[in-house]
Amino acid sequence: MSNKTITVALAGNPNSGKTTIFNSLTGSRKRIGNYPGVTVEKEQAVFKYKGYQIKLVDLPGIYSLTAHSIDEIVARNFIIDEKPDVVVNIIDASNLERNLYLTTQLMELNLSLILAFNMYDLAQREVDVMDLDKLSQLMGTVIITTTANKKKGLNELLDEVIRVFKEKPACNDYTITYGSKIQEEIEKIEEVIRKDDRLAKRYSSRWLAIKLLEGDDDVSKKAINGSCSNELVAVIAKSVKRLKVMFGDDLEAIFADKRYGYISGACSEAVVRSYELRHTTSDQIDKLLINRVVGLPIFLVLMWSVFKFTFVLSEPLVALIENGQNFLANLAVKFLPVGGAIQSLVVDGIIGGVGSVLVFVPIIFLLFLAMGFLEYSGYMARAAFIMDGFMHKLGLHGRSVIPMLLGFGCNVPAIMATRTINDKRDRLVTILVNPFMSCGARLPVYTLFIAAFFSQEAAGNVLFSLYLIGIVVAIIMAKIFRNYMFRGEANAFVMELPPYRLPALKGLLIHVWDMVSAYLKKAGTIIFVACVAIWFLSNFPHNHDIKSKQLEQSYAGKIGKAITPVFEPLGFADWRTSVALIGGFGAKEVIIATLGTVHSVGDNESGEALRVKLQNAIDQEGRKLFTKLSVYSLMVFILLYMPCAAVIAVIKRETGSWRWSIFAVFYTTVVAWMFSFIIYQGGLLLGLG
Amino acid sequence: MKEKILTLADIAIGKEVVFVSIAGGKTSKRRLADMGLNEGVRFKVLQSHKGGPCVIMVGSIRLALGFKMAQKVLVKNV
Repeated sequence: MSNKTITVALAGNPNSGKTTIFNSLTGSRKRIGNYPGVTVEKEQAVFKYKGYQIKLVDLPGIYSLTAHSIDEIVARNFIIDEKPDVVVNIIDASNLERNLYLTTQLMELNLSLILAFNMYDLAQREVDVMDLDKLSQLMGTVIITTTANKKKGLNELLDEVIRVFKEKPACNDYTITYGSKIQEEIEKIEEVIRKDDRLAKRYSSRWLAIKLLEGDDDVSKKAINGSCSNELVAVIAKSVKRLKVMFGDDLEAIFADKRYGYISGACSEAVVRSYELRHTTSDQIDKLLINRVVGLPIFLVLMWSVFKFTFVLSEPLVALIENGQNFLANLAVKFLPVGGAIQSLVVDGIIGGVGSVLVFVPIIFLLFLAMGFLEYSGYMARAAFIMDGFMHKLGLHGRSVIPMLLGFGCNVPAIMATRTINDKRDRLVTILVNPFMSCGARLPVYTLFIAAFFSQEAAGNVLFSLYLIGIVVAIIMAKIFRNYMFRGEANAFVMELPPYRLPALKGLLIHVWDMVSAYLKKAGTIIFVACVAIWFLSNFPHNHDIKSKQLEQSYAGKIGKAITPVFEPLGFADWRTSVALIGGFGAKEVIIATLGTVHSVGDNESGEALRVKLQNAIDQEGRKLFTKLSVYSLMVFILLYMPCAAVIAVIKRETGSWRWSIFAVFYTTVVAWMFSFIIYQGGLLLGLG
Repeated sequence: MKEKILTLADIAIGKEVVFVSIAGGKTSKRRLADMGLNEGVRFKVLQSHKGGPCVIMVGSIRLALGFKMAQKVLVKNV
């Protein structure tokens, strides 16, 4: 038997049923991870069919093959660079015109292309006649009909893939004509391209010529680095000039018009349908869910339910993990040499480190299960729409609302959820301001300080004001980023509202598993390393058996002492506080444990003991360490300063570079310092000290 | 007689109109074209909120247009 591998790429519009086809074809087979360095996800899986190894790659859902969104660039580069053997273009057969727009662009890439007309049963009901032979002839490609959710046509599709692989018929890239004037210019440019081996090997010369005429940034940059680039630049400039005289400034639009012109010509020849707009059940549901009056309250209630669902159900699971962690730690204490560095490394470093990775798993699992349900049911697109106006005023995008709200639970899944924001700048701004949304781990820290220093009547207001400060700072920073760092035309908010449907459990679980495994693989390792590093800093050099003394003389203690003067103007210059803040880098709730250690609270004493210690703590001159004002300033600092290791890891993962992680650490800390400064010094001026 | 050009914000819910253009940069124009809204396409307004956001129906596709978009989308009567 032949053991040949066929690489098959699935391309198509969002909501064309691409992922359903991918999931039905690959099932629960082992899925290979994502491509390194790229933030947009491409899924791939390998399976056997009729003696062939089929490597199926699910490209991001795209409407077009230009260079305007990261999804499009990823899909396009995959097709150009990896040269898949066969490209299957999944088409929503009930939306032919728009779906074929992508097809016209794929055709120009000179590929072995197969069109899969998906949701064919639905299309048949809506259309009177669809002459597939005629369409196939007009588009110059094979057409297979599928109904993926009923698993119809999938074997036929695979058979066709094998046939196309064996025969390698390239589709006819001359089908789309742009008129003689444009054709002339295309040919002139092609001639120059063919002189350059590097370009000619890599690209279809016709496609490259068209992209260069359209003024495609990404392609221009790559092509112009070639050997005959000067000649190429000159030819393009001349052609563009001539065409602009004839057609006006926006050449890209001219090409788009010609493509649509071709499609509507093809459809009017091959498809007969009465013009009729059918209202669906989805439209009825939308009358309620995106209603001007009740849409917003419904959205808020749904979000609240997602939180309840996640945090109520995850609580016992998190407790289970913590118990397991304690059990293992006790076991280690029993069997490892007492008091040694090894015991400490295993108990506090390794078991503690693995534990802090695992405690996020139930939260991520449940949160993405709930959010995935809303996403796949079609509701998320509506939520973005409802919130778009409001988010715009904040300098953000409708799609940013979900990650921002999730941030109140945990910033890790929140930042992972920014993947649904298409625009790169919007996504980056949302990621960068997300840590200001006060997460669940910061809550116990506030609670400790509020209980120790504020009256019960004031507690609620103090807590609320902290959350509010977080939101206000996020808004201010988003505005600043938008105006100074990520300027540019505000992205036109156009979004498809897919019909409502009940999500398939299998697809949902696959989605959740992808999120959890991505977290464990990429972020997990970094969190673990950070925890061990913190353990090392607080236990070395080892010279004291009393925990508080040990910590004071450790590297962490020394760093704490060194940075303490920085906090002088903020009202909490004390090495013990500084060390606790360093501990917060591991995880925010660690601040409490570290404060306990530095203030010599025994492991078995209650939270009350720490509260009393904090209330009575004095500095070297014998003054009270904390006042209401300095505690408030400290809490604001804890709210805003650098995110925990998990968030830093996840920013690295999602942006694909350490640059943004490091930036986030510095800028949040600077912002925290400024706000605490304003609050403390302002408070002193007002006589609140 | 020249046909009257209106903005989408002026169109009542339930009415059908024809897409003419969008007053905006190339990017907006291209985005709309990619999603099936190019010159001459007929669509129906399903929802329209004050301040711009609206939902339109182009064939069997539902498109949501965000804040301020409706003021920029130019249409004419069928």
